[in-house]
Amino acid sequence: MTGFATMTDPAAAYVLRHGDDNLVLAQRLSEWVSLGPELEEDIALANVALDHLGVATHLLGHASQLVGGGTTDDDLAFQRTEREFTNVVLVEQPNGDFAHTMARQLFMDAYQRLLWEALAVSEDAILAGIAAKAHKESLYHFRHTSGWVVRLGDGTDESHTRMQAAVDNLWRYTGELFEMDDLDRQMVESGVGVDLGALSGPWLHAIAAVAADAMIALPDEVTQRGGGRRGFHTEHLGHLLSEMQWMQRTYPGLEW
Amino acid sequence: MTQTTAGETRFQTTIDADDKVEPRDWMPEGYRHTLIRQIAQHAHSEVIGMQPESNWITRAPSLKRKAILIAKIQDEAGHGLYLYSAAETLGVSREDLVDQLHTGRQKYSSIFNYPTLTWADMGTIGWLVDGAAIVNQIMLQQTSYGPYSRAMVRNCKEESFHQRQGYEIMLTLSRGSAEQRALAQDALDRWWWPSLMMFGPPDSESTHTEQSMEWKIKRMTNDDLRQKFVDMTIPQAEYLGLTVPDPDLVWNVEREHYDFGDIDWDEFWTVIKGHGPMNRERIQHKVGAWEDGEWVREAAIAHSEKAAARAADTIDARGAA
Ligand SMILES: [Fe+2]
Ligand SMILES: [Fe+2]
Repeated sequence: MTGFATMTDPAAAYVLRHGDDNLVLAQRLSEWVSLGPELEEDIALANVALDHLGVATHLLGHASQLVGGGTTDDDLAFQRTEREFTNVVLVEQPNGDFAHTMARQLFMDAYQRLLWEALAVSEDAILAGIAAKAHKESLYHFRHTSGWVVRLGDGTDESHTRMQAAVDNLWRYTGELFEMDDLDRQMVESGVGVDLGALSGPWLHAIAAVAADAMIALPDEVTQRGGGRRGFHTEHLGHLLSEMQWMQRTYPGLEW
Repeated sequence: MTQTTAGETRFQTTIDADDKVEPRDWMPEGYRHTLIRQIAQHAHSEVIGMQPESNWITRAPSLKRKAILIAKIQDEAGHGLYLYSAAETLGVSREDLVDQLHTGRQKYSSIFNYPTLTWADMGTIGWLVDGAAIVNQIMLQQTSYGPYSRAMVRNCKEESFHQRQGYEIMLTLSRGSAEQRALAQDALDRWWWPSLMMFGPPDSESTHTEQSMEWKIKRMTNDDLRQKFVDMTIPQAEYLGLTVPDPDLVWNVEREHYDFGDIDWDEFWTVIKGHGPMNRERIQHKVGAWEDGEWVREAAIAHSEKAAARAADTIDARGAA
């Protein structure tokens, strides 16, 4: 592993995990460009991808400042290994069909609406500024995504079956969003971070409202699969990174 | 004996005065058909043109480049939408035009039938392909059909951003390592001639040019546009320190234009007829995405019908109460 592995600065590590969520999600969403169900949706998905990429760039930039030593946002994006990425495993899940992409997005939008709202008053002023802007975007994303989830859930028999399957498949990755580890607790104490456990109730409430409109049943308690925050990913992330980092790995140390 | 109708007279007066023909105005059927064909082909080109560039989104070498590339492709999708709307003002439907693309009855620009093999291709596409598009679209701002002309005014602002970002990629590569300069030169070698072919067949073989010029749909011929593009681009290539792959290229003092070598028109016609390096892949990708999305579009329609029915029930129930 490279030197980033330690990430000894807790403030940097904290900013970085949220940056990683957005970077990996943006990478996944951008895979849709030119493949959407209609041209309007190509534009919309590109828009959402750009928003997440923008947030990721700001957060990785902030983390790289905290790390210091001339580290850049691009170093953090393109030079870390899969064990060093600390995104939740939900965002690295493949796009699947449009229903899977929308289920993944709904779970993330509902989470980020709450997350950014809380981080907008962080003691870390830079993080707070990024969160305030991201919060506005997440409100729009949530509206767009929940509109699709309802259309698919309450559309045709086929779309209903697909939407239900997507929710069922991805539900096991949602628990990680609200898991608190030592770093989270430390950041809550210092006034920088968020008590994620407190977000899970409002999150479930929002998801349940959309699911009701969409005629989708939420799964019962299922065994959750987390681990992303400590680099214990699903097998998908390595492939995503090998594609994303290919240029930087093939031509090390160049400006593009 | 033919009689000139009031509509014909008005149309000709509009054309002669360099005014714009608007959707409700009378227009000759040939004028309408030529425009439908041209605008549809233009819209299809914007949309198919997303593919060679989206091929590099997930591999873009920096966060900044990735964002610029996504934004550019998103613009192209917007251009496609806007042009389909312009075509629809002529009494055709977007569904029908898209179907004609999918079944090979309408074409798109030959340039998008070449593969994007390296990151440098993102530079050459922006620089040359969007550069050529600008030359064409600046001319089309003066086209006689109002909605098309206005679409071009809007497009051109974004196209110049596209061209700049492409040139900036080329500049970075040409000022970079030996490997990067080689990538840039290789990309120019592959894209130069296809870019010149973007302006279409030579005037001597262009079947539509004369009538289109009379109707002021086109304001310059293919060869004149091509010359303008070459004259504009050679100094840019020189600034990059790259070699344009044409041994016959030379400044002609008398003409005050660059002379350039013969274009391989056999290659052009091969690509136009569907046998270029990527023709099949481009259409398969497009049709595949369309078919994969069918259940989504059906769901959206089914949902809106259900919602409308429920709203009607609510009104009935209220009426009964
Ligand atoms: Fe365009
Ligand atoms: Fe463009």
